[in-house]
Amino acid sequence: MNLTQKSRRLDEVAISVFLFAAATLSILTTFGIVGVLIQETWLFFQQVSIVEFLTGTRWTPLFVSKQFGVLPLVLGTFLVAIGAMLVSVPLGLMAAIYLAEYASDRVRAILKPVLEVLAGIPTVVYGYFALTFVTPLLKSVFPETQTFNAASASIVMGVMLLPMVASISEDALAAVPRSLREAAYGLGGTKLEVSTQVVVPAALSGIVAAFVLALSRAVGETMIVAIAAGQQPKITFNPLQSIETMTAYIVQISLGDTPHGTIAYQTIFAVGSLLFVLTLIMNLISYYVTRRFREVYE
Amino acid sequence: MTVVNSTPAIESRQLNIYYGKFHAVRDVNLSIERNKITAMIGPSGCGKSTVLRCFNRMNDLIPIARTEGEVLFNGQNIYADTVDPVQVRRHVGMVFQKPNPFPKSIYENIAWGAKINGFVGNMDELVEESLRDAALWDEVKDKLHQSALGLSGGQQQRLCIARTIAVKPDIILMDEPCSALDPIATLKIEDLMRELVENYTIIIVTHNMQQAARVSDYTAFFMVDDSRTGHLMEFGPTKELFTKPKHKQTEDYITGRFG
Repeated sequence: MNLTQKSRRLDEVAISVFLFAAATLSILTTFGIVGVLIQETWLFFQQVSIVEFLTGTRWTPLFVSKQFGVLPLVLGTFLVAIGAMLVSVPLGLMAAIYLAEYASDRVRAILKPVLEVLAGIPTVVYGYFALTFVTPLLKSVFPETQTFNAASASIVMGVMLLPMVASISEDALAAVPRSLREAAYGLGGTKLEVSTQVVVPAALSGIVAAFVLALSRAVGETMIVAIAAGQQPKITFNPLQSIETMTAYIVQISLGDTPHGTIAYQTIFAVGSLLFVLTLIMNLISYYVTRRFREVYE
Repeated sequence: MTVVNSTPAIESRQLNIYYGKFHAVRDVNLSIERNKITAMIGPSGCGKSTVLRCFNRMNDLIPIARTEGEVLFNGQNIYADTVDPVQVRRHVGMVFQKPNPFPKSIYENIAWGAKINGFVGNMDELVEESLRDAALWDEVKDKLHQSALGLSGGQQQRLCIARTIAVKPDIILMDEPCSALDPIATLKIEDLMRELVENYTIIIVTHNMQQAARVSDYTAFFMVDDSRTGHLMEFGPTKELFTKPKHKQTEDYITGRFG
């Protein structure tokens, strides 16, 4: 009897080397992207001061008198993202509470897949929906609405994020043990009291994670804002006006005829880096918040 | 409560319970005396927990559960169409098998039930009083605002009892309240039950026959038939049931011949 079976062990080694290579490739790609981003950003900041970049209030890299204050793009981004959160957070949370606590098994079996189909719609379709449906609607209510505006992008982005917020929050609510609900009902709690005062706080870490993930997607979302929100970097808190987000600016330069190697072209790497850092910060905040405010139940 | 009240605290009449097509419990007629501890014992699957959960309409939370017959609480059928199960549960509290404190502070655990029931008095006093009645005050008085989940299992279960009595129910249902606890914590809960019974009516489901014998005034023995339907086999004062059972099955069960 041969107990060594060398050939089989060689198979095992080959497989594990192959899988290791696959895992490494994805990590290396990420490092590569970050590396290029940092390198190009470094070149950009050789010519423009980082203080001017972060605190300036005018963004005109394509004009003759170039100014590189990124604040209009950042504020435009957050104007749209916060608007999207105002739509997706309350609706998403209510949808999640309905699905987890109120809906019968049959209703849930139909509604949840339908909600997830909404997540599969290409963002370019949402973009056209914003431009050709929501904007005219806004115009009929607020005549001063500009053709490209932050509000329609916000509303449609909120709808786009809704399934994600609802689905992740619902998972968090469903993971709350039955015994907690029974305890609350046993004390004479109504469905509303049990859902909002016991189940939601117990699932808070998962719900907050859903919100931050949604915010981070809203900040990085490109297609909807590129189509519907406009290309006018300006500081305004009026959502009916045309603005420009960081992502929309990157699209504008990437697709336009700005020559490579120019300072105007390098701006997109600086903006990209900033976007990356902002998203990273948000993920760290979410990590901290979920740990800090968690009501652990096991 | 020195007033002798002859009407039962709660009473089931021809109670039948189904889970979907499965007939879980049939024809239970059980009358629970006030300010006494009634134990419900029997082999697994005999429906004793199912019957217990009918006394505060907890089975309503299971969509496929269906109940026939009557459960009379103060003469009123709690399964009547006009009755709101939320109101029933405010009068008939429950302590569960596994301690299930809310993931909130000790204080909040006690206060929550009172708050939703519209309590308007001094909450600090109510919390202290409830914790004292549950024999937990001395152990937790210095950490009321810490998480209840930091307590030991036995302390958590006494907190769950404190939380239940803070709502001032008439009846406390206990579904195997000591099955997750060690013997010392179990004895503490049993002592507590003897104290609480002066002001409350207690019904306890237990797998532990010694516990039933030690702690209860009355015992209901449930059996399960060949079609797995549970039913009430014998009911009477605990002493009689354990010393001279009327049925052969009761005797076999309490002497440990099966179950």
